[in-house]
Amino acid sequence: MSVNIDHLKEEHHQPSGLMRWITTTNHKDIGSLYLWFSLLMFFVGGLMALVIRAELFQPGLQFVVPGFFNQMTTMHALIMIFGAVMPAFVGLANWQLPMMIGAPDMALPRLNNWSFWILPFAFTMLLSTLFFESGGPAAGWTLYPPLSLQGGNSMPFVIFSIHLLGASSILGAINVIATILNMRAPGMTLMKMPIFVWTWLITAFLLIASMPVLAGAITMLLTDRFFGTSFFTAAGGGDPVLFQHIFWFFGHPEVYILILPAFGIVSTIIPAFSRKKLFGYDSMVYATASIALLSFIVWAHHMFTVGMPLAGEIFFMFTTMLIAVPTGVKVFNWVATMWKGSMTFETPMLFALAFIILFTIGGFSGLMLAITPADFQYHDTYFVVAHFHYVLVPGAVFAIIAAVYYWLPKWTGKMYNETLGKIHFWMTTIFVNITFFPMHFVGLAGMPRRIPDYAVQFTDFNMIASVGAFGFGLSQLLFVYILFLTLRQPVTAADKSWEGAEGLEWTLPSPAPYHSFDTPPKVD
Amino acid sequence: MNRLSILIISMLAPLTTLADWEVNMSRGVSPTANAAYDLHMLIFYITVVIGIVVFGVMFYSIYHHRKSKGAKPASFHESTTVEVIWTVIPFVILVGMAIPATKTLIMMEDTRNSEITVKVTGYQWMWKYDYVEDDVSFFSKLADSSNEARQLGSKIDVNKVDNYLLNVDNEMVLPTNTKVRILLTASDVIHAWWVPEITGKKDAIPGYINELWVDIKEPGVYRGQCTELCGKDHGFMPIVVRAVPKQEYTKWVSLNQKNRVADKSK
Repeated sequence: MSVNIDHLKEEHHQPSGLMRWITTTNHKDIGSLYLWFSLLMFFVGGLMALVIRAELFQPGLQFVVPGFFNQMTTMHALIMIFGAVMPAFVGLANWQLPMMIGAPDMALPRLNNWSFWILPFAFTMLLSTLFFESGGPAAGWTLYPPLSLQGGNSMPFVIFSIHLLGASSILGAINVIATILNMRAPGMTLMKMPIFVWTWLITAFLLIASMPVLAGAITMLLTDRFFGTSFFTAAGGGDPVLFQHIFWFFGHPEVYILILPAFGIVSTIIPAFSRKKLFGYDSMVYATASIALLSFIVWAHHMFTVGMPLAGEIFFMFTTMLIAVPTGVKVFNWVATMWKGSMTFETPMLFALAFIILFTIGGFSGLMLAITPADFQYHDTYFVVAHFHYVLVPGAVFAIIAAVYYWLPKWTGKMYNETLGKIHFWMTTIFVNITFFPMHFVGLAGMPRRIPDYAVQFTDFNMIASVGAFGFGLSQLLFVYILFLTLRQPVTAADKSWEGAEGLEWTLPSPAPYHSFDTPPKVD
Repeated sequence: MNRLSILIISMLAPLTTLADWEVNMSRGVSPTANAAYDLHMLIFYITVVIGIVVFGVMFYSIYHHRKSKGAKPASFHESTTVEVIWTVIPFVILVGMAIPATKTLIMMEDTRNSEITVKVTGYQWMWKYDYVEDDVSFFSKLADSSNEARQLGSKIDVNKVDNYLLNVDNEMVLPTNTKVRILLTASDVIHAWWVPEITGKKDAIPGYINELWVDIKEPGVYRGQCTELCGKDHGFMPIVVRAVPKQEYTKWVSLNQKNRVADKSK
C-alpha cells in the first residue's frame, strides 16, 4: 500500500504478512499504522458522538439511560483526543519528518515500533471497560474527583490505559526530538527547517513536559481509591480542587499538542497552493514557541468557577488573553501568504482555508471564554462545547485530512479523485457547521454540557446539531471510499505532485522509497 | 444531493412552529448578570469587527489572487514592520478588553455588605438551602412531573410537562433589591450552582465554601441547573429561585420558620 516494492525486496530480514507490521521499524510502515489506527478510532469515537447526538435529538430520554450517556461523553473525548487526533499527528510525523529533513528514517526505530504497538493494547483495555457490569468511566474525560472516585471497576483499567497512552506519547516525542535534532541534512539549520518540523519539535517538548503531570494526577486518583490516601478527598484532609490544577497543568499544553502540528500543516499547504513562500517564517516559529510557553501559565482558565482568589482569576484571565497575540500573528501571516499569490483550490487547500476561517471562529469564542466574568456564564455550557469542537474538528481534524490529501500522492504514488475530494470537503464543511454552530446558541441560552436530556426550549437547535452530526459522520465514509479508490489505482503520480509544493520530500520519487534518503541531500 | 436536501428541509420544517429561537445570553435581572451580558456583547462585537476585517482581506485575496484569473505570485515573504504592527494592535485591543473585564470581576467578587446569607449545599442529586440568619432550611429537588416524564420509555410528552426539567418541589425564595450572599458547598461530589438570569455559576465543592452574591432587581421566577458533571442524574437537579418583594419575603420566612419548628416537635 504505502511501500515501494522494489526497495522492499532489497531487505534481507523483512518478514511478510502480519509479522511485517508487528516487527516493522520503518518510519513509513509505522506512520501508516498510526494513521490507519487513528482513522479506526475516529470512527469508534464518532459512533459514540452519534449515540450522544441521537439521544439529544429531542428532549426526554429515548435511547440510553443517563449513566450510559455519561460513559459515551467520557469515552468519546478520550478516544478522539488520545486515539484519533494524537496518533494521526504522530503518524504524519513518522511519514514526513525523515523525508522533510533529508533523513533515511526516524532516529530510534525500535522505540518507534514500541510506541505504536502500545496503542492497540491500551485502547483494547480502555474500550473493554464498556462491557464491564459496572460500565465504563462516566466522570468525564477530565476525571474530576470526588466523582471519578465513585466510579465502578473500570477506574483502574482506565487509569492504566491512560498511563500507557502517556508512555506511548512520551516515547514518540523523544523519537521526534532525537530525529529532528540529530538527523537533519547538512546545511539545514534550525531556522531553515520546514515549519511542520518546527511545530512538531515544539509539540514534542510539550508532550514530554505535560504527560508525566497527567500520569502523576491519575496515579494519585488511583491511590486515593485503592490505597487509602486522601490527596483529593476533603473528608481525609485532601483537596478536590488540587486535582483540577494538576490536571489542567497537563490539559492546557495538551490542547496545543492537538493544534500546533495542525498549524504546521496549514503553514505548509497555504504557501504551496498560493505559489508563494510562507510569509513571516521567523515570526511563525516565534509565535509557535510563545504559544507553547504561554500554555504552561494559563491552565486555571478551565476552572474559573472553582472559587479562586481574585488575584488568581485576574492573572489567568490576562495570560489567557495574551495567547490571542501569537495566534493572531499566525492567522495574519497565513492571510499575508495568500495575498498577491497565485491561488488554486485543490482539496488540501480547501481544507486549509476552511481551517483558517473556522479555527479563527473557535479562537474568537476562546477569547470570549477568557474574559472571566463572562466565563462565569459560559463555563460548562454548550458554548464551551461549541468552542472546543470548532478548534478541534475544523481545526485539528481538518488539518489532518488536508495533510492526507496533500501527501497521499507522495506516500502512495497515486492521486486521489479531485472531484470526490471536493465533494468530501463541501459536505464535511457544511455539516461541521450545522453540527457545531447551533451549540453556541443553546449554550448562551443556558444549556449545560454533559446532560442527557434538556428543557424543551433547547429543542430546535439540538435537532439541527444532531442532523448535522449524522451528516458529518456519513461524509467521512466518503473519505474512506476516496482512500479506497486511490489505493486501487496504478502508480501514476509525479514526484512533485503540486506545482507550488516546496520541500525535500518532493525531490524523492513517488511513492517515496522505503528508506527515504540513503544519502543526505544538500540544503543551501 | 437533491433528495438529501429535501430530507433535511422536511426534517427542519416542523421546527419553525416550535418555541422561540433563543440565540443569545439573557440580559439578566441583577447587576452581576447585566455586567456579564454587557461584557459578552462588547467582546462579541469586537471579535465580529476583527472577523470582518481579517476574513474580508482573506476573501478579497481568494477572489482576486487566484491563478485562474491570471494572478502571478509576488515574491515578498517577510516584513518586520507589519509583524510588529499586527502584534501591537491586537495587544492594544486586548488591553481595551481587559480593563472593563477586570472592573467587572472585582465588582462580582465583592461579597461584602450583604443583608442576608443563604448556604446552598449540593447533593447527588438535589440542593439544600439554609437561610443562615432566618432559620429556614429545606431540600429542593426535581419536580415529580418532570421526574416521571424523564424516565427512559415513559411515553409522556415532555412538551406538555410544566417547565420540563426546570421545575422543583421547593423553590428557593429571595427578596428583591437586597444584596444576598450565597455560600456554596457540597456533601458528596462537586456541583455548580447557576441561575443565568441572576448570576454566573460557581462550584459547590466538598470541603470548600465558595461565595457569590446576587441582587435581584425584578420579582419573578428564575430557573437554572447544576452545571458541573455530578453523576448520572447531573441533568436532573434544577434550581428555581422565586424573587419576591421584601415584605412578602419576610412573610415567607415567618411561615417557613414555623413549619421548621413544627417539624422539630415531631
